[in-house]
Amino acid sequence: MPDPLVRLENVSFAYGERTILRDISLSIPRGKVVAIMGGSGCGKTTLLRLIGGQEKAVGGQVQVDGQDVATLGRDALYAMRRRMGMLFQFGALFTDMTVFDNVAFPLREHTDLPAEMINDLVLMKLHAVGLRGAARLMPGELSGGMARRVALARTIALDPMLLMYDEPFTGLDPISLGVIGQLIRRLNDALGASSVIVTHDIQESLLIVDYIYFISEGKVVAEGTPDEIRHTRDPFVHQFVHAEVDGPVPFHYPSDDYAAALTGGKA
Amino acid sequence: MGGGIRKLGSVAIDVVWQLGFIARFFWLILVYSGQSFTRLNLTIRELYFSGVLSLLIILVSGLFVGLVLGLQGYEILQRYGSSDSMGTMVALSLLRELGPVVAGLLFASRAGSAVTAEIGLMKVTEQLKAMDMMAVSPIARVVAPRFWGGVISMPLLAAMFSTMGIFGGWLIGVVFIGIDDGAFWSQMQAAVDFRYDVLNGVIKSCAFGVAVSLIAVFQGYDCVPTAEGVSRAITRTVVSSALAILALDFVMTSFMFRGL
Amino acid sequence: MSRTTLDLWVGIFVAMGIAALLFLALKVGSISGAEIRSPYTLTAHFDNIGGLKARAPVKSAGVLVGRVEQIRYDNERFQAEVVFTVDGRYKFPVDTFANILTSGLLGEQYLGLEPGGEEKTLAPGETIKKTQSAVVLEKLISQFMFDKAAEGEPAPAK
Repeated sequence: MPDPLVRLENVSFAYGERTILRDISLSIPRGKVVAIMGGSGCGKTTLLRLIGGQEKAVGGQVQVDGQDVATLGRDALYAMRRRMGMLFQFGALFTDMTVFDNVAFPLREHTDLPAEMINDLVLMKLHAVGLRGAARLMPGELSGGMARRVALARTIALDPMLLMYDEPFTGLDPISLGVIGQLIRRLNDALGASSVIVTHDIQESLLIVDYIYFISEGKVVAEGTPDEIRHTRDPFVHQFVHAEVDGPVPFHYPSDDYAAALTGGKA
Repeated sequence: MGGGIRKLGSVAIDVVWQLGFIARFFWLILVYSGQSFTRLNLTIRELYFSGVLSLLIILVSGLFVGLVLGLQGYEILQRYGSSDSMGTMVALSLLRELGPVVAGLLFASRAGSAVTAEIGLMKVTEQLKAMDMMAVSPIARVVAPRFWGGVISMPLLAAMFSTMGIFGGWLIGVVFIGIDDGAFWSQMQAAVDFRYDVLNGVIKSCAFGVAVSLIAVFQGYDCVPTAEGVSRAITRTVVSSALAILALDFVMTSFMFRGL
Repeated sequence: MSRTTLDLWVGIFVAMGIAALLFLALKVGSISGAEIRSPYTLTAHFDNIGGLKARAPVKSAGVLVGRVEQIRYDNERFQAEVVFTVDGRYKFPVDTFANILTSGLLGEQYLGLEPGGEEKTLAPGETIKKTQSAVVLEKLISQFMFDKAAEGEPAPAK
């Protein structure tokens, strides 16, 4: 694999006492769409925050385009973030601006382009997500799926080299879900960017991604291409793909013995 | 007993911690204030929300406070046969104390709480994080313009409050009770000193503007990003703004008017 | 709300605020008339200043000519030392009389200057020699009562 865009080497992370990630290594090759999967609360979102430089790893190294994110100063970090786009779980649109102004926001903040050119660029981006007609609406007037597409248009406004998606499929109906999935793939290929999707929606991801990492309890437990994942015998992946209730991921939160707890309560 | 003392200690440490945090935040706002003035329309927008929208409540309250001062002032002054100095009493109490303090309290509950709610909700909906990920500093883009909008509005609102109050006093005194118009104004002008009374009042209102705006943006930025967290932050903004105004007022009054 | 009407409202707001400040400065505080220009300092000693305070007005012929700056106790003369400023436009003869007076029966106390007849005027920093202390109401009343009592009983029994 020639020089990946993002490389995590033995990364550990903890919020105070609580360890979130231990010793994770993974890489995102240029031009590919990579999914990072795992149950809720396994530290997937934290991974994105580490790549974006919003959190600093406790151990190990996070490299983006050959630079160690943790050592970058504020200006260098902001310069790098201009080449990154992140789609937040619920879009995070600016509620006091119209759809048009939302998409224009990064262009107005970071470029000195004349108003007509910004107008053209914004309409192009909105057209790409199929919402050119919604340019004058306020975010409050959009459905969840539309809001996420507007946020996607805003994310790609500056033609980033790396796109990050935080749970892009959560809370969408099947049609919107398919639309977002297809957009992620198409935009990645059209922009020549690389994408990371953090999700627990396995069925949708299998259709659009090039490579999948499974994370459980802060470690990479399985990885492979969608074909390899479908035919794997790994018990964890099997449980995940087929949505079984119990398996390597237990139904019960770790606790002391059930019988002992009940009798202890009586005594 | 030991538990109580321990609790007191931890509260005290928390307060010191927060003070340090606010001071650092204040410094950050000042460092990132450039945009608030180079891109003036950001600040003008906040002037609209904290200033123009507070106008009505400030003007109406000012008028009522002035009317009450007129009635009470006349009632007291006529016992000593000096109802002519009603103008003096109304003007001095408004300029020195009531104008800045009451306008500050109203401003905290009208504009300060709105600023806290807005920034808090932006935090809840991850708008601040999204901005940060787009390489736009939320402090420069969101916090600093709201801070400066408040700092600029506050002295203007306090001046309007005092003006309306004096007008209210004039209504009661001259129009309804029949004190001589000339005596009302000339007594006032003879007793009110520009530097000593008017300017000190303006200085007070500026200080309150800084305090309320800082508390409002800080509580919004620092809130726990949940619905409950935002509502608590709003309560804290109003309560600690009121305390800050009254405490600052005491300190500043004792410095400014020590000679009397 | 479009940007232009927003700008208009903010413009109105700022204009109203500045108008209010000007009203307070000119109409209420009378910045122009009573302001003391290029002041110079004079000193006077009194046996008793009564209720005179710092920043009290200094008047001559009823016109405001200055303000009291500072009141100290002079421990060598056992007297009150009053330092006050006078507007530079006004000069007073060296034999000017300084009184502590009250406006009305219960009004505020002020320093009254009664010019004498000398040609020479007081230079900045000089001291007024001729002063009269404040009238203390209690003393006045007790004196009055004492006189009355003395009148009423020609031969006090001792």
